[in-house]
Amino acid sequence: MATVSRKKKFSLKVLSRNPEDYRRETKLDIHKAPQNPETYLHPFTLGREYQRALNATKLERVFAKPFLCGLDGHRDSIQALAKFPTRLAHVLSAASDGEIRLWDLSNKKCVSSVVAHDGLVHSLCSHRSGQFFLSTGQDANIKFWSCSEEGQIGQEPVRTILNKHVYQGIDHHEKEDIFVTCGQSLDVWAGDRSQPFQSYKWGLDSMHHVKFNRIETHLIAVAADDRSIMLYDTRGGSGVQKLVMRMKTNALSWNPMQAYMFTAACDDFNLYTYDIRNLRIAANKYEDHIAAVMDVDYCPTGREFATAGYDRCVRIYSVTEAHSRDVYTGKRMQRVNHVLWSMDNKYILSGSDEMNVRLWKARASEKLGVMKPREKTAFNTAETLKKTFKDHPEIKRIARHRHLPRLIYTQKKQLREQKDAQKRKESNRRFHSKPGAVPFVADRTKQVVDVKD
Amino acid sequence: MAANIDNGPRQKQKSNIRYFFPKDPDKSRAKFSFPRRSKDSIEEAPVAKEKLKKWRTGEASKGRARTKFHSEKIKAREEVLEKVAEKSARAELLCTEETGALEGERTYQITQNDIRASADEATQQKIFDLRLNQFGPYRLDYTRNGRHLLIGGAKGHVAAFDWQTKGLHCEINVMETVTDVKWLHQETMFAVAQRKNVFIYDNQGIELHCLKHLDSAVRLEFLPYHFLLVSSSAKGYLSYLDVSIGKEVSGICTKQGRLDIMTVNSQSAIVHLGHPNGTVSLWTPNMKEPAAKILCHASGLRDVAVDISGNYMATTSLDRRLKIFDLRTYKELSRFQYNKRYCPGVLDFSQKGILAVSRENVVELYKDMTNQAYKPEKPYLYHRCDKLVQDIMFCPYEDVLGIGHGWGFSSIVIPGAGEPNFDALEANPYQSKSQRKQTEVRMLLDKVQPETITLEGSVVQVQPETITLEGSVVQVDLKTAAQQQEERNKNKFLKPCKIDFTPRHKKKGGDKASKVMQRKKGVQEEHMRSAVRTIVRTKQEAGRQRQRNKSRPGLAEGVSALERLKKKSA
Repeated sequence: MATVSRKKKFSLKVLSRNPEDYRRETKLDIHKAPQNPETYLHPFTLGREYQRALNATKLERVFAKPFLCGLDGHRDSIQALAKFPTRLAHVLSAASDGEIRLWDLSNKKCVSSVVAHDGLVHSLCSHRSGQFFLSTGQDANIKFWSCSEEGQIGQEPVRTILNKHVYQGIDHHEKEDIFVTCGQSLDVWAGDRSQPFQSYKWGLDSMHHVKFNRIETHLIAVAADDRSIMLYDTRGGSGVQKLVMRMKTNALSWNPMQAYMFTAACDDFNLYTYDIRNLRIAANKYEDHIAAVMDVDYCPTGREFATAGYDRCVRIYSVTEAHSRDVYTGKRMQRVNHVLWSMDNKYILSGSDEMNVRLWKARASEKLGVMKPREKTAFNTAETLKKTFKDHPEIKRIARHRHLPRLIYTQKKQLREQKDAQKRKESNRRFHSKPGAVPFVADRTKQVVDVKD
Repeated sequence: MAANIDNGPRQKQKSNIRYFFPKDPDKSRAKFSFPRRSKDSIEEAPVAKEKLKKWRTGEASKGRARTKFHSEKIKAREEVLEKVAEKSARAELLCTEETGALEGERTYQITQNDIRASADEATQQKIFDLRLNQFGPYRLDYTRNGRHLLIGGAKGHVAAFDWQTKGLHCEINVMETVTDVKWLHQETMFAVAQRKNVFIYDNQGIELHCLKHLDSAVRLEFLPYHFLLVSSSAKGYLSYLDVSIGKEVSGICTKQGRLDIMTVNSQSAIVHLGHPNGTVSLWTPNMKEPAAKILCHASGLRDVAVDISGNYMATTSLDRRLKIFDLRTYKELSRFQYNKRYCPGVLDFSQKGILAVSRENVVELYKDMTNQAYKPEKPYLYHRCDKLVQDIMFCPYEDVLGIGHGWGFSSIVIPGAGEPNFDALEANPYQSKSQRKQTEVRMLLDKVQPETITLEGSVVQVQPETITLEGSVVQVDLKTAAQQQEERNKNKFLKPCKIDFTPRHKKKGGDKASKVMQRKKGVQEEHMRSAVRTIVRTKQEAGRQRQRNKSRPGLAEGVSALERLKKKSA
């Protein structure tokens, strides 16, 4: 408000706010909050953001309670787990006593069960339609089971295929009516035939794990007892590639987003991701387990995977990093045989030796359930802050800290010492030999023995 | 995708790899098509370059980092910062209030009466006097949002009120000498430095705490982001008290005598103390010694003030000089000599950079004092009080200056002093009770650790990626770099240490002098050999490092023998 005084010539403008402009009009209105980005009004922005990041990291650890529930009911150790591509809440599990159970995860209950085989159930897989599932057992049968929308398993199998040999692995094609089994040989079955229409064999040893690629749907990866991983194409007459490693592969999983990548869980405590275009070098090597890795399953985004360890823990890895992002253990959890990542990318299931299927959150501190927009924004902000300040020593320490069982803690230490000793020894040898006599070998190639075409 | 890979360069290199992809693309149903929106479909009007320049902090990086990874990281960071600058520049439009101004030929002739006569009614209400001639002289403090006022008379009268509505919170007489008063983080609590101890009262005047370890305090300051109450005592002690947990963070014996001149740099939380020997010392709670000392005047100081940007400091002294210093360089920018009759006293900077200087019962106001080229002949405004001025303080977010003097308190209007656009998330003069409560919780959650108060933090703004030092969040990991250099230097002069070894007593001729000597030699030589081996290896490693660094500018260590003859200036 400029005014001009006559007596002394001056124009005056004084700061005079109307309080009504800054208060809300009614009680139902939101509070007005004008902002000014001027720097001097915001001192210690960095310090405050750091503090917020620190608090967010601490809260993340406080709320990290990944265990949701244990699904108990099986009377023997879990042998197989399977998810349906068309249903989120239903999961199948099979035990060593031949029983298969279908669980409803939304109310954490067993919906139905059936004694499927004499002796243990070796493998399970669901049909692409979600109406059926397949199982193989110690009694050398392949059985088709129907499964209703509500989760009721038919008491009699829809179809039974009798065989001479036991099949240890089974998987169904993503789109066509084909399924594949592995045991003494790799057999491809189609339609209603009672004989495999295609049978592959490469080497003498039997095969124990088979997986269809979900994108290049005719591609199969098989893990065999002779420490090899073989790639087959169902349209071809023979195998495509064979990778021989130093130790046996227990399980493998194709990346659901990158057709040419798969991850193998190996007996040498490590996991390896391979690019099928070049099997001589692993794309990545994942350490941290202190015993054989029994199973691996990718999350639907293909960015992470969960692993089941013989060391009684479930670990979660990011595809690009060499060490696990998180580790889940339970006081009573025994050797973990199988692991599943749910199709909504939120849960992980693990089946272990002590007859329990456990349900975990995929992100340990995530808040489940519906969130309000403000809450969501707050979580997103916290996430960004944590990411920005993740390299600060204090934040790094808190984010990395896990309370582990003594066994894992001590064994891991021991393993590290062993690794260091080996490294030291190699460097000593290199130091005392002629230059070039002890070559540098990349860590990711050490496990590869041979690649055959 | 199949075609893409088949023609790729990798295929040519390794022809022995066979690729398997479906030959009939129609069969595989995995076809995705997303409707893509072209990027330029949303286009904002560009921001004017001058406007952007104002909001850019720091310089753009020159050249490239050593690795591609880091170059890209820096580039990504810069892009974010540029976006922040652009957003800030755009947000300028939303700051609608305008800074006050007084234009005319001789503005110093304009009195408060003139202003009152020509201003609006709300402004007229801001000019008032409180005649309290029994308990003076008075010290005062405004809250951070400029809404509430606290005055404390030297003879024990303490009053807290909302000065805009003139609503009284409390009025008490503490029956003791009051040396200073200070609001804590909000208008619900305040601290009063009394004869012996510091007391904390709530806004109803109820005594909450008696802080006995802050004894004989003469000045109080509060750091709202750290929740630190700083008190300087007559005995030379400077104490930092964390009021959120009630713990003394740091107590420093400054050995400088009575500390009755204290001010705080609001941008860096560094405490400035003025001393009778003409120096100003800068303190952080983490050091027992001053972080810096500036010799400002040849005689004792009268007051120190730091401007809101934290870059400039004004001092007055008994030598009748007013000086402005640049805190980034610690150099004097300008000086003003008062004539014989007057000696400048207390000082305060307003948010918009107006400097208020008192001399006896007069308050002078100067504009643009931090501008080196500007030498004012006459003050911008001029106000005469009834009695000797004891304390002055600009009210935040208002064009108001509060003056505490021997006969009470006066509030005068200084057009163009306050920041017109407040940020409600930092300080909101119009906040409701629930907002105040929420803000309190938020402030407590975001409490900055006192370890992060550093001298460098105030001036140097480093990208947060480079920070590793535990104490300061905004500092490069200088300590480790120095340590590394030290270790590197150590390598040059490595020497195997000697060991003293006495062989064990052995029977059957093993204890002969020659045998003993032989055994001793053997052990010593073995030790020597291994020590030499490690030394050689470390030196080789260092040599390799040097070789690698040779090609990198700024890292090469090679110093010629003639280097030592160079002049060691600057």
